[in-house]
Amino acid sequence: MLVIQDLHVYYGAIRALDGISLTVNEGEIVTMIGANGAGKSTTIRTISVLVRPRSGAAMFEGKALHTLPAHEIVTLGVSQSPEGRRVFANMSVRENLELGAYVHHKKKAQIQEDMDKAFALFPRLKERENQSAGTLSGGEQQMLAIGRALMSRPRLLLLDEPSLGLAPFLVQTIFQIIQDINKTGVTILLVEQNANQALRVAHRGYVLETGRVVLADTAQNLLSNDSVRQAYLGE
Amino acid sequence: MQEFVQNLIYGVETGAIYALIALGYTMVYGVLRLINFAHGDVYMIGAFVGFFACTQWLPFKDLSQHPEAATLNVLLAIVTLFLAMLICALLGIVIERFAYRPLRNGFRNADAHFWGFVAALPLTAFVGAMTTTKRQGAFLAVGVIVGFALRPAMAYLSKKIKPSSSRLNALITAIGVSLVLENGGINVFGADPKFIPDILPKRQISLLGIEFDSSRVVILIVAAVLMATLRYIVLYTRPGKAMRAISHDIDAAKLMGINTDRVIAFTFALGASLAGAGGFMVAAFTNIKVVPLFGLQPGLKAFVAAVLGGAGNIPGAALGGLIMGVVESLVASKYPQWRDAVAFILLIVILLVRPAGLLGKNTAEKV
Ligand SMILES: Nc1ncnc2c1ncn2[C@@H]1O[C@H](COP(=O)(O)OP(=O)(O)O)[C@@H](O)[C@H]1O
Ligand SMILES: [Mg+2]
Repeated sequence: MLVIQDLHVYYGAIRALDGISLTVNEGEIVTMIGANGAGKSTTIRTISVLVRPRSGAAMFEGKALHTLPAHEIVTLGVSQSPEGRRVFANMSVRENLELGAYVHHKKKAQIQEDMDKAFALFPRLKERENQSAGTLSGGEQQMLAIGRALMSRPRLLLLDEPSLGLAPFLVQTIFQIIQDINKTGVTILLVEQNANQALRVAHRGYVLETGRVVLADTAQNLLSNDSVRQAYLGE
Repeated sequence: MQEFVQNLIYGVETGAIYALIALGYTMVYGVLRLINFAHGDVYMIGAFVGFFACTQWLPFKDLSQHPEAATLNVLLAIVTLFLAMLICALLGIVIERFAYRPLRNGFRNADAHFWGFVAALPLTAFVGAMTTTKRQGAFLAVGVIVGFALRPAMAYLSKKIKPSSSRLNALITAIGVSLVLENGGINVFGADPKFIPDILPKRQISLLGIEFDSSRVVILIVAAVLMATLRYIVLYTRPGKAMRAISHDIDAAKLMGINTDRVIAFTFALGASLAGAGGFMVAAFTNIKVVPLFGLQPGLKAFVAAVLGGAGNIPGAALGGLIMGVVESLVASKYPQWRDAVAFILLIVILLVRPAGLLGKNTAEKV
C-alpha cells in the first residue's frame, strides 16, 4: 500500500533523513520507533507532503506522493494526526471534526455519520462538542486529533506520537483504540517513543537512528531483540 | 457638547474606513504572517475605479441639471461600489499570485512571463512619453515586444530565486509591489488630482441639534453591512473556516486537505474588495482628491489600527479602526496639527503596553 524508497530529506542544510526505505501493507499496523530526532516525524511529514524529499519517494498505491500538492494527499485516502495534536484551538470540537471532513464537504449525511462514529469512539468529545478545542485537556485534544484524522475516511492513518504526554491510564486507552480502528479496516503507520506499547499492538516495526532504518522485523521479534530491549525498552 | 458629538460621528465614520482597510491587513497577516504593504494602494485603485466609473464608464447624470436622476445615480453608485470591489479583488488575487506565491512555492514559467511585462512597463512608458497620442498603438506593440523579450531574462533570473520563508524577503516584496502600484498609477492615471463629482443627492441631517452630512451616514451603513457580511463569511462558510484554520496552523490545515494556495488567494480577494469599497466611498463622498498616493496615509493608519486591535485578529481590526478614527478626530478637533501623529503615538503606546494588541492573545501550548 505504502512504499517508501530511499528517502533523503533536508531542512535547509540539516539532513533529517538519510535514505529511509519501508513498506506498509494493507491492513497492518506498522510502527516506527526511535529516539528523539531520529527522523520519525520527518518521514510521515514527507508522506503528507508537508516537506518534500531531495531524493527518493513515498509511493501510495503506486503514486509518487511528492509530485502532488499537500491537499490532494487527503483525497487519496491518507490522513495524519500530527505530533503535538495541532488541533484548531480557537474552534469548537465540532468545527475541528468538520474540518477533518473538509474534502467530503458535499456529503452532509456521511459527515454526520462519521461524527457519530467519532463520538462513539471518544465519548468525552461528545460531552465537549461545542467547547473550544483549546480548553480541552491534553488527552482530550489527542482524541480530537485522531477523531479529526478519521473524518476524511482514510485508508492509511498516520499517527505521530499519540501517547505523548498522556497519563498512563489514557495511554492504555489510546493504544486500545488504535487497535479498534485497525480492526475496522484502516491501515496504520504508528510513530512512537513508547516502544514497548507500540510493539505490543503493531504487526511489524522499524527502528530509526539518525535518519536511517537500523532494524526492521516483526513486532514480536523486535520485542525480544536484545539491542532493542536495551536501547528502547529500558532493560 | 454638540461639537463633541459631531466630531465623534466624524471619527466613527473615518474609523469605519480605517476598519475596512485594516481588515485586509489583518486577514492577510493571519494566513501568511505577512504585512501586505501594497494594501493601501489597492484602496487607491478602488478610488480610481470609482473616479472612472463616475466620470466615464457609467451614465451618471449631473444632479444640478437633472434632479430627477437621483434614483438612477443611486443605482449606478451601487453598481460602482461592486465594480470597485470586484476589480480590487482581482488585483488582490494577481498580487498574491505573482508577488507572494512565487516566494512561497518557487518561480514558475507564468511568473517569468508576468514579471517580464511588468519590467517592460517603464520602458514602454518612456516610449509612450516620446510619442504623440496618435502612436498609442505602436507604444503598446513595443510594450508587448519588450515584455516578450524580457521573459527569458526573467526566467533566467527566476532560476536563481529559491522559495523562501524569510519574513524579510516577503516584506521587501510587499514594499516593491506597493511601489509598482503607486508609480504605475502615476504613469497610467497621471499625477494630477482628480475629483469625483457629487453623484448622490446630499442632505444635511439634523438630529437633536447635531448636524451632519447624509453621505457620512451612507459610508457608515455600507461599511457596517460589509463587515457583517465578512463576519458571516469568516465564521460560517467553508472558505471562511479554512481561512481560520490556516491562520491558526497552516500545516494542520494542509493535513485537512485544504487547498491553502486557493484559500490564501481568496483571503487577498476578500481584503482587497473591502479596501476597494472604502476607497470608492471616500473618494465619492468626502471630496478628497484622487491621486496615485491616495492610499498612503490611510494605508499606514489602517496598518496601525490592525496592530492596535491585534495583528491577525479580525474583530480586533474593526475595533482598532474605530478607536483610531475616533481618537484622531477628537484630537484633530482641538489640535489639528497633531492629526497625523496620533496614529504613530498610538502605535508606540500599544507596542509598549500590549504588543499583542487589544484583542490579541498569546496562547500557551497545552501539554
Ligand atoms: N523544522 C525543522 N528545521 C530544521 N531541522 C529540523 C526541523 N524539524 C526537524 N528537524 C531535524 O530533523 C531531524 C529529525 O527530526 P524529526 O523527524 O522531528 O525526529 P523525530 O520525530 O524522530 O523526533 C532532527 O535532527 C531535527 O533536529
Ligand atoms: Mg517527532
